[in-house]
Formats: sequence, C-alpha cells, structure tokens
Amino acid sequence: MGSSSSSRNKIPNAQELMHQTGFSSAHLLRLHDRFESLDRDNRGYLSPDDFEVLGGLAMNPIGGRIIEAFFSSGQDTVDFSSFVRILAHFRPTDRNRNKEGTQQELPSSRTRKLKFAFQLYDLDRDGKISREELLQVLRAMLGLQVTEEQLQSIAERAIQEADLDKDDAISFDEFKKSLEKMDIDTKMSVSFLK
Amino acid sequence: MTALWTLSLLLSASLLGCLAVTSPDGSPLPHNLPPSLGTNSSDGSLSVDLPMALRVFSMDYHHVQAPFEIVLWIMLASLAKLGFHWSGRVPAVVPESCVLIMVGLLVGGVIYGVRHSAPPTLSADAFFLFLLPPIVLDAGYFLPGRLFFENLGTILWYAVLGTLWNVLGIGLSLYGVCLLAQSSLGDVSLLHCLLFGSLIAAVDPVAVLSVFQEMQVNEQLHILVFGESLLNDAVTVVLYKLFESFLRLPSVSGLDVLLGGCRVVVVGIGGLCVGLFFGLLAALTSRFTSRAQVIAPLFVFLYSYLSYLTSEMLHLSGIMAIVTCAATMKQYVEANVSERSNTSIQYFLKMWSSVSETLIFIFLGVSTIQDIHMWSWPFVTSTLLLCLIWRATGVLLLTAFVNKLRRNAVTFRDQFIIAYGGLRGAICFSLVFLIDDFPKKRLFITTTIVVILFTVFVQGMTIKPLVELLYVKRKKRALPTLSEEIHSRLIDHLVAGIEDVVGYWGQHYWKDKFEQFNKKYLRRFLIRNDRQASSSILRVYQELERREQRGVEEEAPPIVDPRSQGRPLLPEEMESIRRILSRNLQNFNNKQTPAYSRHTLHQDTLVDRTRKPLYRHQSLGERYSYNTITHFQGEDGGLSEPQRVRTGLSRSHTVCSISPRSTLLDSSDSAGPAQTRSMDPKAAREDLVSPKHQETMERAARKHLSFVLENEKQQ
Repeated sequence: MGSSSSSRNKIPNAQELMHQTGFSSAHLLRLHDRFESLDRDNRGYLSPDDFEVLGGLAMNPIGGRIIEAFFSSGQDTVDFSSFVRILAHFRPTDRNRNKEGTQQELPSSRTRKLKFAFQLYDLDRDGKISREELLQVLRAMLGLQVTEEQLQSIAERAIQEADLDKDDAISFDEFKKSLEKMDIDTKMSVSFLK
Repeated sequence: MTALWTLSLLLSASLLGCLAVTSPDGSPLPHNLPPSLGTNSSDGSLSVDLPMALRVFSMDYHHVQAPFEIVLWIMLASLAKLGFHWSGRVPAVVPESCVLIMVGLLVGGVIYGVRHSAPPTLSADAFFLFLLPPIVLDAGYFLPGRLFFENLGTILWYAVLGTLWNVLGIGLSLYGVCLLAQSSLGDVSLLHCLLFGSLIAAVDPVAVLSVFQEMQVNEQLHILVFGESLLNDAVTVVLYKLFESFLRLPSVSGLDVLLGGCRVVVVGIGGLCVGLFFGLLAALTSRFTSRAQVIAPLFVFLYSYLSYLTSEMLHLSGIMAIVTCAATMKQYVEANVSERSNTSIQYFLKMWSSVSETLIFIFLGVSTIQDIHMWSWPFVTSTLLLCLIWRATGVLLLTAFVNKLRRNAVTFRDQFIIAYGGLRGAICFSLVFLIDDFPKKRLFITTTIVVILFTVFVQGMTIKPLVELLYVKRKKRALPTLSEEIHSRLIDHLVAGIEDVVGYWGQHYWKDKFEQFNKKYLRRFLIRNDRQASSSILRVYQELERREQRGVEEEAPPIVDPRSQGRPLLPEEMESIRRILSRNLQNFNNKQTPAYSRHTLHQDTLVDRTRKPLYRHQSLGERYSYNTITHFQGEDGGLSEPQRVRTGLSRSHTVCSISPRSTLLDSSDSAGPAQTRSMDPKAAREDLVSPKHQETMERAARKHLSFVLENEKQQ
C-alpha cells in the first residue's frame, strides 16, 4: 500500500487522530479510502446526500437519524476527522487498556457508545428522551405493523420501566441504567474496525 | 380425510394386484398373456375349437406394465403426501419424511407378505439419474444467491473440512471397533471402514430440508445447513469413489493419496465449470425464445439435466454442476422469458422435486424390507454413536474457528441445530448398494438403513422440541425488559447502518467487481435487447397505486387492546407486547423465516409489504417520496432485471431504488436509451458518461435492492 509516510501525508492530523480514536494507521488509511469513495465530487467533505446513496442506509428505519448523527449541530458537511471520530465509537472496546490509565477516554468506551445511541433518540439535544421522541423512533422501527394505540402503550411501558425520577422522560443516566445488563461493548461494535 | 386414506389403501391394493399379476421372477409367463391367441398349449385343445372371434374385452397388462407401475408408485406417494397434510395433528409432531417412510415400510411389508420375496428396491441408477436431479435443481434454482455467497466461506468450511473430519473420524474409529471385536468383525479392513465412513458421513439435503420445513429457522442458519448439505455431497461422492478405487488397487501408495486429493479438487471445480458452461448456454438460448414462448421453460430443464449428465459422464460432481447451472442461468432466464414462463418454471421445479422427494422416502421404506440383512450389535450401535459424536465435535470445533472471522456469529442454538440436524438420507442408501461385493456388505447395508431410520425418525421428530427447550431456557435466564428490547433493536439498526457507511472491505469488493462485469458484458450479451433498458418503474408505480386504491390493509395482530394511555399494562398484555416486539423488531438483522417450505413458492405475503418501502422513505424526509414519483422515467433499466427474483417482488423494489441525485438521473437518462441503441461495447463505454457515478449508483441501488429483497423475504 505504498510507504506509510507518504500515504499518511494524505491525511491531515493523522497522528492526532490515531491517538484520539485509537485506530491504527492501516485502518485510518482504509477509512480514508472509504471516505474518498463516498465523496464523489472530491470536495474533501461529505454531505447528507453522499450518505443517502448507500442502499442499506436508505432502507434502514433510522437511517435518517444515523446520517444526521454524523453532522454535528447545524453543519451540513462532515470532514474526514469528524467522520473518523464518529466511526471510532464503533470500535470494539479494548478492555485491557484499563491499567494504562488513559487520560482521554476513547470514543469506543462504553459510556461514549451509549451516549451516541442516546443521541439517536434525543434529536433536540435537551438531554432527555421525551415520550414523543421515543414514539417517533418506535414508529420508525415498527412501521405499519402495530397500531397507534399499541405504539402508545409500548412507549408508555418503556418510560415507566426506565424513568426513575418520574419526570416522564428518560435522561442519559436512566438510559444507561436500563441498559446495564446489556453487553454494549460487543453489541455496538463493528468488528473490522478494530 | 378418511376418503383419502381409503383411496391410498385402494391404490396400494391395486399396486399389489399388479405385482401379483407379474410373477416374482419377472419374466412374463405364457399364461399371463391374454388367451386371445389361442395357441396356448395348456388349453390348446379348448381354444382350437373356438372360432377366432374378436375379443370384446381383454386385458394386456404387460403392454403397459412399466409405465403403469411407475405411475402407481408416484400416485401412491402423492396420495400419502396429501393424506399426511390432511391428517390433523400429525404434521405438527411427525415430519413428513417419517410418515412417508412408514408408508413405504407398510407397503413393502405387505408386498413381502404377499409375494414372499423382497419388494422392488431403489436401484442406484434410478436414484442418481432420475430422482436426485430434480431435487438438486430445485435447490439450486431457488438458492438465495446473495446470502449464499456471503456465507460461502463458512459453508465451504463446514462442507469440506467438516465432512473430512467426519469421514476420517468415523472411518478410523469404526476400524478401531472392528479391531476390538475381532471375532465377528475381523474381516473388515481399514479401507472398508473408511469407505463406509465416507458414505455414512454424508448429510442429506433432502432429509434435512424436509425436517426444517416445520421448524422456524432464520435465513442464515438455513443457508448454512442447506449449503453445507449441497456441497458436502460433492466431497462425499468423491471420497467414496476414491476409497472404492483404492479398494480395487492392489496397494495404496502415498502417490495415490496425493492423486486422490487432486481428484477432489478437479471433481469439484470441474463440476462447477460444466455447470457454468451450460448455464450460460441456457441463458443465451433463452434470449431467443420470444417467438416460441411456450417451450422456454423446457430449456431450463433440458440444459440443467444435460449439465448433470455431462458431469456424471466425466466423473465430475453432477450435483455441483446442476446447482451452478441453475444459479447461473436464473437471472438471465428470468429477464428473458415471459412472466408465465417464469411461473411455469417455478411450479414445475417445485412439483418435480416434491414428487422426487416423496418417492425417495417411500422407496427407502419399501427397500428396508429385505432378505439380506445382517445384524451386528457392536457395529450398528457404535456407528450410531460415532456419527453423533463426530458430527457434534466437528461442528463445535469448526464453529469456534469460524466465529472469529464472521460478522454474525453462529450461536450455540444454531450449532446445536446444525449438529443435531445432520440427517442421513437416500444418498447414503444408494451409495451403500453400489459397493463392490464383499462378505460384510450386507452388514453395511443394514447399518446404513438403521442409521438413516434413526436419524430421520428420532432426530427428525425430536429436533423441534429440543430446540424449543433450548430457546426457552435461554430466554428464561434473563427476561429482558421492554426498554432493553427496544434499545437493543435500535442498536442493531444503528450498527447495520454504520456497517453500510463503512463498507465491507474485501468482501464486497469482488461482488462489486463481478456486478460491473456482469452489467458490462454478460447482461448485454445474454439478455434480450428490449428487456435491457425497459423501465418497469412505471409498471411498478401503477401497480402500487392500484394496490393502495384497493385498500390493502395489513391487519395489526388483534392481541392487545389497550383502552387508555396511562393505564399500567397487565402481564398478559405485557407478554403480548413483548411477543409483538420480538416478532416485529427482529425484521432487520435476525430475519426469521417461518417454516421455509420447499414445497410452496413464496407467494408474496409481500402484497402488504409493498407499501413499506415507500413508507420507510418518507421517514427519511419528503425528498424520497417525491423522487420516487417524479423520477421514474429516469431509472436505469438494468436495475430491475437482475433482481427480479420472485415474480412481483421486483415491482415494489425498483421504486425505492431511485437515487435522488438529479445529476445521476441525467446521466442515466442519456445512458438508458443510448444502451438500447447500440450494443457496441465501445459505444457503451462512452454511454456510461459518468462511469463512476453510474456504477456506484447502481451498486448502491443494487445493494439496496438485494438488501430489500432479503428484508422482505419474511412473514
């Protein structure tokens, strides 16, 4: 794949990215290739329609939200470093790193993963999943198969289960608590991003 | 129902009658001929006196004997099948194969009782030349291509290595047993044991699939088991022939073993090539069938059968040939022939494979009633045990390796199903009859029959309850809360989306390359001109409009009926909600298919599903629905054709595949009609104005389409 120094020069801030996200340089290069293949017009950044041509994503019930998650507040372009930082959330968690006492928490840590998932619900970024937001996601996932009343009752029940401080919304801590038994680390990782 | 049973009894009675009419030694004796000739010596004196009058009524059975008996057997088999499906609760408990074998046993027993000699057995030739090809052809034609190739590595791993492991394991351990039981089994040599191991290790696709019909298996598991059973036939038959030829050689040297190894590879790849050749030929032929549409389906069958026969003639793997042929020709043939021909092809395939399978099981039962059994307790029991043990260990070991490389790990439940569901069937049976005669051949035959009956009956009947037991146990350990289920599904969707963003390095690279090659060369050559760039979008859109107007409503399951919003839910409602969730939310990744039935076409329960894609797009915003409606003319014709897997399916999907990029549509607009104008590859290159855009759009769209296909292939 060519000498690593010359190819790393293609990528700005490669070292810093590697340090912050935990990706290896080989992975970074592959991600860069992927970024370039998605970026058809070679503009150096991606816009939402670059994502929408991905077939699987278009059929995904929460595809729109995933795409939006790449674009941080307000902006409608994502450059390579942001792209990589988002994808870093999905690295399999490296459990042996605890002893190092890393100063910076890697994006692939459990909390950060959960935060990412939380933000898929919480579109208005108020730190809470309201009933309406939950309903929207449920509607997207369940589609035509369930009636509106059933959706309401499912959402109701879900909030009842998780809502500990009875404010009729799920905060991030409540969200984390409701998922404490789930193995997020393996569930929310894409194995070849290691 | 009782009428059916009496009818089938009548039929068997008539069958027996026919068999009784023919004498046991097979040659028609003079007294069977109609006494119209009058030259019979036994009553010659009588007939000479009678004038040679015209017989008003006479019977000449021998004239029609062969086809008559064949038809009677097929009729018996089909009626038994009908009876099975009408017989109330039996299908839930006993798999069809068991019932058929029992019917066969009954008929065989009766025939034996009447004639006091062995009933007709299934000859190996009849099996391999006439009964097996339809089943394998059906399997190959309806093979879910994308899923198969995605899991190809795992399938090959199980098929080749797993079979080798089983063969060597069983063969060597049996030899050990024979050495131990020197007194009774001393004359069974190592090669014999290995030969026996090779034929008994073969997991039979027919038996396995007939059991899976009643079980809920997800797509991935189904394709793993199914693919493995198909491919391991190649390995098995090769090993069998190898050991057989070793047996005939005076001595076996290392060179022979090496040559044997090469032989395996040659046989496999040879079969593949033969299949490819005939598949492409069939595709090309189907291109010209527009003027004689009625015989178009015939070509499918002829070419496939020809590929099977050719590879059998060359001692290559016929099964691989026919599967490859069917899988290759499918997309082109479906594009080229009319809808009705497509339907005919599919129905005929299903019908023939169904009949074949039924006949095989009936004959298995009938052939069990024999004179030539030889029993040996140590041999039989150890074979049974060893089969189970080796298969289980093989699956466990192989899965441990393979899970490291796979995206979707093969779960423990899946492993159990794969291991326990390794049923043996008619292939072992036929192969054992083909062994050269040696003193213990009858023992082998008996053991094979016992193993087949055991696996089909015991394992076949108990697999479903055992699986449910396992599954339920797992669920009971940790009952997930509703939140967990919802969030877990969300995360599944999320990860799937991210995987799409990231792309699969390496795995889809070759697939994309192949699709490009396919589009550029193969399709242009093999598909009719007028079908290449036609836009079915308009058709699809109109179809969907029609359906919406007809008001096809999907009924929500009427289990839960909550009255008000804030009321706490009762446990039963909770349970039903959980059931709804686990049923519905697993659409995406787990893809549960209810009873994959080989004997029905997947008639689209997808009538309701056609609305879903539109809906999903609306969730992404207004843009999509707008685009699907207005940009249908610009669609690139190549999209709909390759994915028309099931009739009617493609219609819903081409709508969704439109990319909202106007630039691409412009280029595809120019490319579309241009393609119909010129077949010249050079011009084609020019036509692909923005080749990168075009290809990636199609790639994306095709991935999209095939993804949707997988998604929609469920209840």
